[in-house]
Order: sequence, then structure tokens, then C-alpha cells
Amino acid sequence: MTKCLILSMEEWAEKKNKKKIVVEKINLKIGEFTCVEPISLINTFNAAVLGSWLDSSEITIETIPFEGKCSKCNKLYFPKKENGYKSPCCNFNLEEIISGRELKIASIDFKEK
Amino acid sequence: MHLPISDKIELNILHHNSHQAEKNKVKFNNYNLLCLNIMSSPGAGKTRLLEITLEDLSKKFHTAVLEGDMTTNLDAARLEKLNIPVVPITTGRACHLDANMVSGGLKLLEKKINPDLLDILLVENVGNLVCPAEFEIGEHFKVALLSITEGEDKPLKYPIMFREADLILITKVDLLPHLNFDINELKSNIASTNPKADVIEISSITKSGFDLWQNWICKMILKFKNN
Repeated sequence: MTKCLILSMEEWAEKKNKKKIVVEKINLKIGEFTCVEPISLINTFNAAVLGSWLDSSEITIETIPFEGKCSKCNKLYFPKKENGYKSPCCNFNLEEIISGRELKIASIDFKEK
Repeated sequence: MHLPISDKIELNILHHNSHQAEKNKVKFNNYNLLCLNIMSSPGAGKTRLLEITLEDLSKKFHTAVLEGDMTTNLDAARLEKLNIPVVPITTGRACHLDANMVSGGLKLLEKKINPDLLDILLVENVGNLVCPAEFEIGEHFKVALLSITEGEDKPLKYPIMFREADLILITKVDLLPHLNFDINELKSNIASTNPKADVIEISSITKSGFDLWQNWICKMILKFKNN
């Protein structure tokens, strides 16, 4: 995942001429229903970019809640594993996921040298 | 130094992988080749499943395997004994196959056989219930195995793997009489995580369930070829 993030940053920087910019913040949106542990992503990113053009950049992560929609009554709810991800309103299985699968670079804050 | 600029890009972190996965899928479609991504934890029985499956399947369909493994070619060597084209993909320290690795594997396969002659490509992923679920490889369907020795709670603990799967094979069911295992609880946990998945109980010892699994593959091949 860290490799994918760095590749995406490299691709973005190619369009900007990376020698002329300093990336200050990489703002991510990470859903709760993904295989990404935010603190691990930050730590591995920091280790991977040491000494590179991204060395001084900081990762910020906005966690996107895991939200489902009850297929019986259409109410939105926050699925919990303790409840088998079922809807608390009708005790229905998790069918539709509204949010929580995001793995996004939302924005990049940078300065021109 | 200028004032900071915020570039709102809203870009999927995995877009490189997704892009390559799409390219792989186009290639599979052009070859009229159905691709299944077989995933599970280590030791759930993926390779044994393929050994038994391929004995029959390779009589009906032209089949090949991409065999993902972290450090050895042991599983690939087992499958090569079945006289089908097998390409090992050693991932090194990576705990999953990604679309680039599969693209590389496909290029090696193309040197062994013309993929136009194949009907089905089985990709055995690296044993892991976490990362393979997030990385598309261009497959048409995902198959997840869960052995009963792993416990009833695994679909809840590793929900993304079981949510993403089109078919879940419950393996090692011959051990049921010897274990304190509630298969109905497991099925209920699978249904709550992924109510749309097909579920088949299977045993590589008694061979029970293999007819259903083979029928499922045949159904998917027909569905794919008719699309």
C-alpha cells in the first residue's frame, strides 16, 4: 500500500516538476472497512521516503466511517463486527455498503520553491 | 518560497494496480480466458484443492495455473506433475499478488502456451487473509477458502476477504466429527459479511463437495463464454 502511495505521488509530481516543489502534506481518506491500518501506513511511508524528495512531507488521514444501508428499511447504520455487521433496526445481513471502502489521496499541499 | 497550494486530486491510492488489473482483464477477455483468483490463509488447502480439481477439470477444459508463493516453487512443482502449464510467481517479501506480478506471469505463460487455446486460468494467491482482498489482479471471480480448523469467527475478523469473494469454499469438512466446530455459526457469519456469496462445503480427503465446486466452475465458464 505504501509503495502504491509513493508511485501515485511520483506520478503526480511528474506533472508538477518535482524539483521545483516541496510537498508539505499528503491528505488521505481511508475507510474503516479497508485493510489499511492508518498508523502503520504513516510509519511505513515515513521509513520508505527517508532521504527522498518526499522526506519532509507529512501524511494526514481522515478516517471515513464504515456505513451500511439496511436492505429491509433503508436506514443507514454503522455495522459492527460484534453484531455480525447486521443492521440494528431489522437484524438484516450487510448488503449495501455506503462508505468505508475509500483508499484515496484527497489532496496534496505543496509549495513552489 | 511561495504560499502553499492545495491540489485536490481525489485519487485512488491503488489506481496503478487497478489500471494494470483492467489491462490484465482485457487480455483475458481477448483470449476468451476465464480467470479465477483463489485466496485463503496459509494452509487452508488451496494447492491440494487445485491438485484434485485439475485432475478432472483439465480433461474437460484447457487449464493453466499462475502459482503465487512468497519464497519457494514447491506448490508450482506439485501442480506441474499434472502436466498442465504452470507459472510460478515468487513474490519475495510481498504478502499478496498484485496486478503487475500477474501481468508478468501471463507473459511467461504466453511463452509456454498460446493462451487462445486455454479456457480457464487459476491464480493461486499467496496465503493471507488481508492484503490479497484489496489488490485486484484482473480476475473475473474471486474464490476464498476457509478451513474449519481456522474457527467460525474468521469471516467477522477478516471481513474484506469474505466480502469480496464470489464463492467461499469451506474446506476440511471431513474433520467436523473430530472438532468442536459449529458450521452453522460459520455460515451465519459468512452470510452476515457477504449474503451474496455462494458457499460450498468441501473435503480433499473424502472428495465431498468437489462435484458442486466443479459445477460452479463450469457454470462460470459458460457464463463467461456467453457474455
